Formats: sequence, structure tokens, C-alpha cells
Amino acid sequence: MTSLTPILTRSWGDETPWKLESYEKAGGYEGLKKALGQSQADLVQLVKDSGLRGRGGAGFPTGMKWGFLPAPDGGPRYLVVNADESEPGTCKDIPLMMADPHLLVEGVAITSYAIGSHHAFIYIRGEVVHVYRRLLKAVADAYAAGHLGKNIHGSGFDLDVTVHAGAGAYICGEETALLDSLEGRRGQPRLKPPFPAVAGLYARPTVVNNVESIASVPAIVRGGADWFTSMGTERSTGHGIFSLSGHVTRPGQYEAPLGITLRELLEMAGGIREGHELKFWTPGGSSTPIFTAEHLDVPLDYESVGAAGSMLGTRALQIFDETTSVVRAVSRWTDFYAHESCGKCTPCREGTYWLKQILHRLEHGKGEAGDIEKLVDICDNILGRAFCALGDGATSSITSAVQLFREEFEAGMTQPASELFPPERSALFDYTPRRSAGAAAGAVHA
Amino acid sequence: MTTTTDSQTPVAVDPNLVTVTIDGIETAVPKGTLIIRAAEEIGIAIPRFCDHPLLKPVGACRQCLVDVAMPDREGNVRPMPKPQPSCAMEVSPGMVVHTQKTSAVAAKAQHGVMELLLINHPLDCPTCDKGGECPLQNQALSDGRATSRFTDVKRTFAKPLKISTQILLDRERCILCQRCTRFSKEIAGDQFIDLQKRGASQQIGRFDEDVLGFAPLGDATVGPAAEDESGRAFASYWSGNTVQICPVGALTSAAYRFRSRPFDLVSTEAVAEHDANGSAIRIDHRRGTVMRRLAGDDPVVNEEWISDKDRFAFHWQTAPDRLTHPLVRDRAEDGTRGELRTASWAEALEVAATALAAARDAGGVGVLPGGRLTIEDAYAYGKLARTALGTNDIDHRARPASAEEESFLGHAVAGHGIDVTFGDLEKAPAVLLVGFEPEEEGGIVFLRLRKGTQAGRTRVWSLAPFATRGLERLDGTLVPTAPGLESEVVDALATGTDEPSLAALREALGAQGALVLVGERLASVPGSLSAVLRLTAATGARLAWIPRRIGERAGVEMGTLPGLLPGGRPVSDAAARVDIAAAWDVTELPTAPGRDTDGILAALAARELRGVVVGGVELGDLTDPVAARAALEAADVVVSLEVRASEVTDLADVVLPVAPPAEKSGSYLNWEGRVRAFRQALESHALPDHRVLDELARHLGTDLGARDGNVLRKEIDQLGAWDGERVAAPATEAVAPAAVAPGTAVLASWHLQLDAGRGQDGEPFLAGTARKAVARLSAATAEAAGVADGGVLRVSTGAGRIELPAVVTDMPDHVVWLPTNSPGSAVRAALGVLPGAVVQITAGTVTTTEEA
Repeated sequence: MTSLTPILTRSWGDETPWKLESYEKAGGYEGLKKALGQSQADLVQLVKDSGLRGRGGAGFPTGMKWGFLPAPDGGPRYLVVNADESEPGTCKDIPLMMADPHLLVEGVAITSYAIGSHHAFIYIRGEVVHVYRRLLKAVADAYAAGHLGKNIHGSGFDLDVTVHAGAGAYICGEETALLDSLEGRRGQPRLKPPFPAVAGLYARPTVVNNVESIASVPAIVRGGADWFTSMGTERSTGHGIFSLSGHVTRPGQYEAPLGITLRELLEMAGGIREGHELKFWTPGGSSTPIFTAEHLDVPLDYESVGAAGSMLGTRALQIFDETTSVVRAVSRWTDFYAHESCGKCTPCREGTYWLKQILHRLEHGKGEAGDIEKLVDICDNILGRAFCALGDGATSSITSAVQLFREEFEAGMTQPASELFPPERSALFDYTPRRSAGAAAGAVHA
Repeated sequence: MTTTTDSQTPVAVDPNLVTVTIDGIETAVPKGTLIIRAAEEIGIAIPRFCDHPLLKPVGACRQCLVDVAMPDREGNVRPMPKPQPSCAMEVSPGMVVHTQKTSAVAAKAQHGVMELLLINHPLDCPTCDKGGECPLQNQALSDGRATSRFTDVKRTFAKPLKISTQILLDRERCILCQRCTRFSKEIAGDQFIDLQKRGASQQIGRFDEDVLGFAPLGDATVGPAAEDESGRAFASYWSGNTVQICPVGALTSAAYRFRSRPFDLVSTEAVAEHDANGSAIRIDHRRGTVMRRLAGDDPVVNEEWISDKDRFAFHWQTAPDRLTHPLVRDRAEDGTRGELRTASWAEALEVAATALAAARDAGGVGVLPGGRLTIEDAYAYGKLARTALGTNDIDHRARPASAEEESFLGHAVAGHGIDVTFGDLEKAPAVLLVGFEPEEEGGIVFLRLRKGTQAGRTRVWSLAPFATRGLERLDGTLVPTAPGLESEVVDALATGTDEPSLAALREALGAQGALVLVGERLASVPGSLSAVLRLTAATGARLAWIPRRIGERAGVEMGTLPGLLPGGRPVSDAAARVDIAAAWDVTELPTAPGRDTDGILAALAARELRGVVVGGVELGDLTDPVAARAALEAADVVVSLEVRASEVTDLADVVLPVAPPAEKSGSYLNWEGRVRAFRQALESHALPDHRVLDELARHLGTDLGARDGNVLRKEIDQLGAWDGERVAAPATEAVAPAAVAPGTAVLASWHLQLDAGRGQDGEPFLAGTARKAVARLSAATAEAAGVADGGVLRVSTGAGRIELPAVVTDMPDHVVWLPTNSPGSAVRAALGVLPGAVVQITAGTVTTTEEA
């Protein structure tokens, strides 16, 4: 039985864990002091040895990413932290920055030192104003305490950190779109190559890392690579935050070694809500193909989830019980992708627009002959044809849901999802039916 | 560059070539070639929309997806997991590409993208301007599905959006390939449109002023244009190119909208007449009427771009005042002029010849051919003057000119062949502009310079009173220079100076490939062209003279300057005269020094000359239009060769109609010295100038041999190069600038690209995109004149006044700038002065600009 490993989430239950003195009292910024005494190459090697893989979804080895930077040429190079957490179901970076912002700031300082960056940016999702404020305060406090700024702790290393709030676009979580947005341009993904390591922010060598990846660095520096690899599996080392949401008794963030199973996590979370059973779930947010109860014992590491036909993604486990219409769930997700498609490439822009309309038909019991085949074929025309991974993600839930629950889509030819699966049954709270459009003045939802 | 070989034979190993296999065909292409181009080279067409060879890859439309496999480290060729955009991926050694022709995956991907592109497209091809020549339509037929599976609701937009008076946007047809926005950003630097919103709502449109490069107030357009919330309008001289490169019918021009179907059009390749570049164009005509003009593809001149003026301004050729028949004016006994009446060619030529012969014998005849002639026409004018009329009184410069300029042209331009080229412009490390605004006066020259500056190769400096928007878009450096002080600054550069910015410029001009570009305006700044020659000699920078008119260089080379015979042969050189006399089969050529334009006009007024042959000359373009009119009035005989009735027509005794460019064949000579031959687009009875001149000469008893353009060209070619002495370099002294008293300022002025020129007549949509005429002056000068920014400024001389809205500009004090010939600002006609003159400035009284 795997047990929880609260490292990133250790302090979340403490009194005011976001304050600098709380963080320092618990040994905060010790990792930075230790790191500043080491050579930069050793630090990069340490993170390589730890096997830490990007926690933002793609799982690319973090140390290797740092190693891709060309040799210093005297010009600036940047660290950019991707804090634009927007994937449906994903809720790990936001609470981390809310509860323990200094952990991220320390990670930023160590990483910047390791890669030779003197200016780091944290690009935070614009909607979470409270988190943005807390991060700004943490950075200001860190400056005042000498953890940032000129000649940090007498090491001679200078670092400025800029916290930047985005304007609320899912696409800006794509690293090159994020860089464009950070530069003040329209947030759309860039053509690669050149990759950010060669020409990223302001066309300079840039490392873009997820919040959780960077926040994992201080503990690796303190504990060493062996400590980190003692957790997780051989190729998916270490710990990570698993966000359980939906029809579970105790939804929330569970930090555990990679390779834990949903069955184990559900036990910790008190199981599926009383009197219900698991129908389907996402292993890594809405962009990953869905799983069912069959997959309860799939180890949640990069390789095993991949082998089982999905992706570990951001470890956003959205749990749905038997009261849920898969058509309705997929239709909502597709609405999200159609809304968030940046519009740059044809397959994603037009494809999601079309998928959304077909799914709405099926959801309302007005499907037409051939709609299911059409859905699957449109997905095939988007997957791997779009400019970035947003388009691919938009198709994952649809194709997997059709595979696993085709009969529900077929029922959509004649029966509305709301009849087959009355929404009030799956709601965790009292269900308030939406007023039909124009029924009453002042209706908020049109 | 590309070689195709039998796959068994090893390809010759050139380190710059990369060997790839596309659809089983092995080919070697230069490093850095995109897959889509490599495929084109061997005849494999991959459908595409966003790809454009002159724009940076964007990979947005995804229509060109192909399967790609590449060797791994061990050399095993491994397929990439997803199809790749061939427009954005460069070839690599050993790459194996399968296009839609050999890969089911690529074919399916392309079909899928095509279907998706069409779901929100209105499919209104039968009413769309692009229908019949539309890449979307064509590729949907060649590479798409026969039917659509889309049964849902299409996205709709209000349409069309008027981006400007000329450019209309239909957002429903748009496939968001971004060609237009990329052109605007990368090529023209006028970001008048950009993407906005996202997902299926993404659209091309106007945007916030802080995001886009809006034209500041001083560059507002005449007509209504899309405006941002501050009320500033979008202005671009290049907007028509976006219509042409739009791969669907989303962008259309008001001028051509709903006018014709592409399949009804006959296309003739031609050369544009509106500036000195001789841009390649395509004239599309239907049943003898020109419907539109498009940019041709000429990599050495205009690439695939043309200015809006070259594109849209062609109605002048068929304007209602077009001259169709010869006209003759009978004079009363006392010599007063009667009315013009239609005459036969025979009568008109006879009358003209008789009168010209009499005038020649009574004192002489001058010739003013105008600056818009072809090589053939210019040559015929020169030959007519020096044989049949026996005079060197010929000058094609229908603008302020000087003897210094003539020496400059004879010394540094004539007979030099092709020296500085368009290609040199984009490769030059340093370019100094003197008396030359590339965007306003140089057309495509501006785009080439910008290509160089955008690529980081070229730095531009300009000697001008203020930094124009054009200079800003070249990231250029202004060397603030009040009008008239150009000679002083150039000489400071030539002799060396301690002033750090000038010293840096001087050093930059010493670099290999550095250029000095001078405009025709320098002719009115005494000493400036002499100084420029000293500067190029001192620094080694190469020199190019870029006039505004297409016929200027032809005139210089063909001998329509008083002191120059064809090929840059000096009239003063006996050997040169013998050379030409032999070629023309005459015993001798006139030796008396000829008069220039102003000299001819003065001599007419003084009745030293008694007659004049005038080509395409607008009196308003001359140094002193009032004096010019008086001179023609005084002449015994004025013979006018014109396309359309003009002020000269009103004074002419014989009017001989000639063909506009679309109705004749010929060859322009652009500023580079490049021959730009074109064919006759429209059938016509109208005769080219050289043919009319040939007839006129015949009636004067001389055979010009100018009846047939081809024969004429052969004669010109046979003249050969002149290896004798050139005209000596001018060494004119600079003139000390006039003192500026309170209430006065020194006048600066140049032509805007779109203005009141008669070549733009009949094009209201184009005129609406012209920049509004404003007067520019510094804050201090404005304050001294009692004018606020945006208030009306009155600029006056003894001859008249101009009132325009004042725009406070960062420029030297005591200088006021006016557009030379814009509506409400005809500087020469209204003020009778040239740049450098001192004019009075005061607050104006009227609020409109319809003065002058």
C-alpha cells in the first residue's frame, strides 16, 4: 500500500504557511543557500539524476531541458515558470502557490542559478487574483529578505523575478504561446524550431517549467537525487500532486509517489460517494483519454498510463459515477476547447466548432444518422494535424468515450441525455434547472 | 539549382545541397529549402493556403501536411509520428517525404483540413470576385471531397467591412491564413489589420491603437477608412497587395468588386508607369477595357508587390478628356488663337510641320518631351530635335531642374548601364537618402530597403527635415536637415567631421556595398549634387539617382537633355557628335549649347524661340507654372502630343493624340537602367509618340526612321556604348541659406505618393486612401506663428497662399513642410516657389483646406 508523501503539500494545513517566517521556520530557503554553494553544472546534473519529469503534463525530463540551453554567450537567458494552470480538472499549481508561494520562489531562485538566468518570470493565470497577490507579496518579501535581488546571500548571484498575470486564455499554457503573451503579443503558439531553449523569450535561450516542477527542486537539492528516486517508479521518479475531483467522498489534492493507483487514492479519499459506483475518470485532465473501473489498478506513472492508452497529464483525476452522462460530460469539455481554441490553425479552430455542434445535437437527443462516425472521423482529422497539443487534447475524451460508451452516443439519436441521466442525480448540490432562454427577465445563463 | 537524378546514381556531393526523396524521386536542393519548395522543383504540387514564398512560414492552415521520415543516428529512416506542414519544415539530409500522392495519411489529412476550411465558408463562389481564380475553390476541386458532411450552423459576420475606401473585408470567406497580416507586418510595415478574438470567432480586423501601428494624425487618409476609437485612420500605400495574395475572396478592392469574372479577362504582361521602378504588372482586360491591374512576378524588380498607385490608377488612360483625333487651332489675322477643331492626321501634320518649319527658321523651336516616355519615344524626340528641328533646345525634365543636375546626370548617370540594382538595395549595409523619400517618391524602392532593414542587414540614414512614417518603418536614422542645407551636411560628411553621429554615418558609408540614393529634388538645391559626388568619391559608397518618373532615365540615356546625345555622349564633344551624326545619316548635328526647360520657356517668352513641341507635360509641375503658361501663349506655334486634354491643349495650335501605355508597346527604362519592355495590351488606333514624331518629321522633310518601334530599338542598340569622355562633374557652389525673418519659414516640400497627380484621376477609392494634406512645423515655429497643433496654418508668398491643418512635428525650427501637389496644396501653382524659399506663415482663417 502506497502512502501519501506530503512534500509540496506539507505545510498546507499549517497556520499561515504562505508567510515568509513560517516558510523559513520550516527550513525554507536552506535549499537555496545549499545550491548557491554548488556549481551550476552539479545542480543540473543533480536534477538530471533525480529523474524529475515536467509536472505540467508532457513529462519531459526537467534536467535534460535545462541541459538544452546553449553555452552562455554573455547575453540574457531566462527562466519562465508556467503558472497558467487552466486544464479542466487540474488544481495543483494554484493551491500550491496559494498555500506555499515561497516554495515556488525558492525553486525559481535555485533553478535560475543553475541555468545562469538573472531574470525569471512567473506567468500566472489572470483569473486567480488572490493567488497573484499572494505571489507578489511572497516575491516582495523574498527580495526584502535577500533571497532575491542583488548578490543573493553573498554569493554574487543576482536574480530578478517578475510575476506576470495573463489575461485568461487556456492556450497561454502552451509554452510558446505563453512566451508570445509574455512579450505582449497575441497568445498563439510559435512555429518550432527554434525551440525556447534556443530562442525563447525575447528570442533568447529560455527554460519554461511548470510550477510543480520548479517547486520540487528545493527538496531535491536538500534531499538529494537518491532520496527523490526512492519514490515513484524507475522512470517516473518522485512525488506528485494528484487532484481528485467529482464524485468522491473527499475531493482534494493528494500528494503521493508516482505509480500510485486510483484504487489506492480512492481509499484515501473515502471512495466514490456513498451509494454510487465509478463509471469513468480522467487520469490527467480533460485532454487525456478517459478510463473506466477497469483501469483502477493502472499505476499512475507516465509509462503505465501511456501503455493503458491514456496520458498521465497533470494528474487531474476527475471521477464520474454511474449517474453521469458521458455524452454530456464530453460535450461540456468540447465546449471548453471550442471556446479556448486560439484560432491559429484550421483543424482546431474549425474542428472544435463542428464537434461542439454535433455533440450538442447528441446531448439533446437530436443526433443524425452517421453523427458518431462523423465525430470520430473529425477527431481523426484534428489529432496530430493541429498546430499544437490543444487540438489533440480536444479529441481525446471524444474518441475514448465513443470507444467505451458508444451506446450512450447512439442513444443520443433519440433521447436527450437529461432524460437518460437526469442531471439532478449526478449533482453534488441541489440542482437548479436553468431557465429556458427568454423565460424570465434577468436570467443570468442564456 | 535543383537536380533530379535516377535514384540509382549517387548525387554529386555539394556541401550546400541536401538530398531528399519526395514521392520516390530523389532530388538535391539547397540547404534550408522548405519541403513544399523542394517538391515544387520536381513538379509535385502540395496544396497550400498560408504559404507564400515571400512571407515567413506560419504553418497555420495545415493544408500542406505530408508524411516525413528522417534517418535517426544509426541511419535508419524513421517516420515522424504525425504528418508535418511542408510549408514550415526545412529539408534535411536523407529525408523521405510522402505527399498526398503517395501517402494515404497525407491525403486524408489534406482532405480533412479542406473540409474543415469549407465548413464555415459561405460557398458563394458565383458572386465572389475571386471565383474562377481562387486557390480555395481550385484546391477544393482538385484536392477536396466532392460533398460536405457539414449540416450544422455556419458562423456569420456582417459584411463587407470597409478597411479603407479601397479595401473591403468579408470575414465569412476568410480562412485566417494570415497572408494579409503577415504582408502588412513583414513587408509593408503598415499593420492596418491584425487577428483579433479567438477560436471560431477569430477574425481579421482593426485593433487597438497600442497594438497596431496606426497612422498618426498627420498621415490620416482623405476618404473614410476604418478607424480606431481615437478616430485615426489606417493608411497604407500597399494595401492592394493583400487583395492579390488573399487565397480566398475575403479581401476585395472597391474598384474591382463585382466588375468581371476572371475567365472573361484577357491578361497581358505589362510594366507600370507611375514611378521610376517599372514594376512588372499584369493588365487584365475585357473587350478592350482594362478591368484591373495586378502585380506581376519579377524577382529582380518588384518581386510580387506593387504600390496601390500602380495597381489602381489606370483610369487616366481612358478618362473622358482623352484625345481621340488630331486638333488644329486656326489663328486670326492678328495672331489671336481661335477654337480647336477636329482635323485629319494629314492636315494636322501639315499644319504642324509648316508652322514648326517657320518657327525654326524665325528663331528656333524648343522641345519639351516630358518625363514619362519610353526609350523609343524619348529617342525619337531627341532625334527630331537635333535633326528636323536642328536644335539642342530639348529637355524632358518637366520639373525644377538645373544645369548642375544636367552635369551630374551626364557625369554619373548617363551611359552607366545597370549599376546599383534593387538587389543591392536589400543587401547594402548602409544607405544614405538625400532629397529622397523612398515611400513617397520611390515606390517599390521602399519595400526593398525595408526588406534589408527587416533582415538586419541594412541601416538607413536620411537627410530630411523630419522623420516620415516611411523612415520610421525603415528603422532609419534622421539627420535633421533644413531644406537648402543638404549641400552643407553632405560636404561635412565628405570632408569628415567630429560630430559623432555624422562621423558614424561617414564610417558606415565606407563599408563595402554602401549606397547613397539621391532624388530628383536635389536639382533645386544648388551645390548638393556636386557635394554628393564628392561624398561618394571620399567614402567609396555607390550612387544611385532615383527620380520619380518612369521616363527620366530613358530621357537621360536617349538624349533628351540639351547637353547629352544618346548613350551619354556630350553634345560638346565633336567626336560624339560625329558618332551620332553618322548613325543618323546626317552631315552634322547642331553645336550651339541647348537650353534647359526653364531656358526654353524663358526664350519663348522673350521670343528668341518661336515654337515648341510639347509632350506629356503638366504646366503645374514646372518651376513656375504661371511663367510657363505665358511662355506658351507667346509662342508662334505650340504642337502638343498628348493622351488627354491638358492645360497645354488649351494653348496648343496643333494637338496630336498619342497612345497611353496600355495601347502601345515599348520599353521603359527604370532608375536602375534596366530595360522594361512591354507589349500592347489593348487594340487601338492610337499611335505611340515615336510614330507621330516620325510622321511629323516626314512632313518637315526628314526621315526619323522611327515608324517601327522594333526598328528604332535596333538602331538604339547599334549605337553602342560611348567610350569617350563623359560630361565633367559639376562643381557648383552651395548658396548660403536665406535669412529667416520673424513670421517666415523656409519651405520644405515633396510629392506624396498619392496626390492630385492627373495619373490618379478617376479613382475615388484610391484617392480616399491618400494621406491628408497637412502642413508640418516644429512646436516653436507653430507657437511663433500663433498656430496650435491641428489649427489652420496659412503659408503665403507674393504669388498666393495655401491653408492647411498644422501638425506639430519634431523638426528643425523655422521650417514649414507642405505636400507639393496634394488637393489644397499645389505649392508651385499657388506659391510660385520651390523648397528652400522663404515663405510667410501665419494662423489661417478658413477651416477647410479647399484653398489654393
